[in-house]
Amino acid sequence: MSDVLLAANAVAKHFGGVKALRDVSLSIRRGEIYGLIGPNGAGKTTFFNCMTGLYIPDGGGFVFDGQPLKADAPHQAAERGIARTFQNIRLFGNMTALENVMVGRHVRTAAGVVGAMLQSKATRAEEAAIRQKAMELLHYVRIEDRADDLAKNLSYGDQRRLEIARALATEPKLLCLDEPAAGMNATETGELRALIEGIRQDGTTVLLIEHDVKLVMGLCDRVAVLDYGALVIEDVPAVVQKDQRVIEAYLGA
Amino acid sequence: MDIFLQQIINGLVQGSIYALVALGYTMVYGIMGLINFAHGEVVMIGTLVSITVTSTLAAAGVPLGLAGLGGLIAAMLVCMALGWSLERIAYRPLRGSPRLTPLITAIGMSIVLQNLAMIIWGRNYLTFPPLLPKVNFEFAGAHFTLVQVAIVLLSAAMMGGLVFLVYRTKLGMAMRATAQNPAVASLLGVNTNRVIAAAFVVGSALAAVAGVMVGSYYEIAHYQMGFMLGLKAFTAAVLGGIGNLAGAMAGGVLLGIIEALGAGYIGDFTGGFLGSHYQDIFAFVVLIIVLMFKPSGLFGEKTGDRA
Repeated sequence: MSDVLLAANAVAKHFGGVKALRDVSLSIRRGEIYGLIGPNGAGKTTFFNCMTGLYIPDGGGFVFDGQPLKADAPHQAAERGIARTFQNIRLFGNMTALENVMVGRHVRTAAGVVGAMLQSKATRAEEAAIRQKAMELLHYVRIEDRADDLAKNLSYGDQRRLEIARALATEPKLLCLDEPAAGMNATETGELRALIEGIRQDGTTVLLIEHDVKLVMGLCDRVAVLDYGALVIEDVPAVVQKDQRVIEAYLGA
Repeated sequence: MDIFLQQIINGLVQGSIYALVALGYTMVYGIMGLINFAHGEVVMIGTLVSITVTSTLAAAGVPLGLAGLGGLIAAMLVCMALGWSLERIAYRPLRGSPRLTPLITAIGMSIVLQNLAMIIWGRNYLTFPPLLPKVNFEFAGAHFTLVQVAIVLLSAAMMGGLVFLVYRTKLGMAMRATAQNPAVASLLGVNTNRVIAAAFVVGSALAAVAGVMVGSYYEIAHYQMGFMLGLKAFTAAVLGGIGNLAGAMAGGVLLGIIEALGAGYIGDFTGGFLGSHYQDIFAFVVLIIVLMFKPSGLFGEKTGDRA
């Protein structure tokens, strides 16, 4: 088993004439918290979208857990063990918090369409297990008391937590968080930090896209910086922080 | 007053059938924003398959009740296969194309299915074998038959089953998740292709049951019978708020009752100038009124991104 969980090899993506990603290569090791930062429009979310199959890269590709990732197959990315949250929260608003998490269990359970229609004993047992596991995850992110509320009625911070719980429900090897601290106050950010550290402790590798440089530098083992779609540097926070090109990218000098 | 109650009962029976068919429209629309105009034809195929199977079994000496059950099951299986094939062959290749394209395809499939049925079952009216004994009941001066009772009860049971499927099972949850956001659902590992196919299959199973009901209610069937029924059920779905399950059920029953009352009283209102065979106008007057004043329907939410 290789040390590298996810390797991006010269991933390129164009939108018309705009080069959103220019041959980005990076590698995320098992068990680390990996930060991906860069100014607005640097291509961070585009990178995420290519990785999870929402976009098809125009060049290059990903190797995940020793096998190439198939482009254009979001549900297979989930099967392989990649889960993500969204910069702009995308919950199923008209479903309860518990149901949102239960949908995430889909990929790790077997019963199919026929079983659902016939309501076999095995199906019912499995659905009970799904419910149980979903409750545990809500407890894990500390919103179990909101289980039966519609997702759209949850507070902003709780919605962020619910998205993380839903992503964890797929039992990912790699959890990708797209700006989880956006819009959070200092207390909430502190709680989020503890949550992410806990997730890594429990054996899940975390890829973190974030604007909050302080959070990223304090939390991540290694950091990559994107600017204008190109990788500037990939190293430990102490080195990245002092890199002249990074400072220029952020200050626009 | 007799005629009022009588028409309410008749409307309830007809409305239960509309509701079952409307559910098929609304499920597919809710999940993928497509009006499957071939859905009425699935009902028609259900009726004709059940006639063939029931008559064949009955001719072979099977008791009529059992033969009818065989016909119902055969109709459901054929329609489920048909619904699955429609999605796979006609609609899936058009996923992501402009909204008008699959709509035109749906109308095309409707024509194809009608003609296919004409080739298989011929152009003549077929009689549907009477599955249930002709028992009459009377309540407060209104009459109804065992068939009518069976239709209402069976539709209620089917709808209860569907609500259970959608709100209490894993498949149902995947359906609702896909309806709300297919991209996110697929990122969570939901195979949205399978969920969409399941919506077609489940809707078609309901259509088959509705087809057998229509057949045993009117005791007559024809390759073009699905067209008007499909339009009415579509109207019912719009009336209730398309994409909304409760709306389709309520819209179906309500439309059935509006139509029945309209047919019962139109003669009085127009001094005998228009007779009850003008009942079809009520459904479409309702459709026009809903589209003008409340296009989201009775139960519908705002569908800004879908409309």
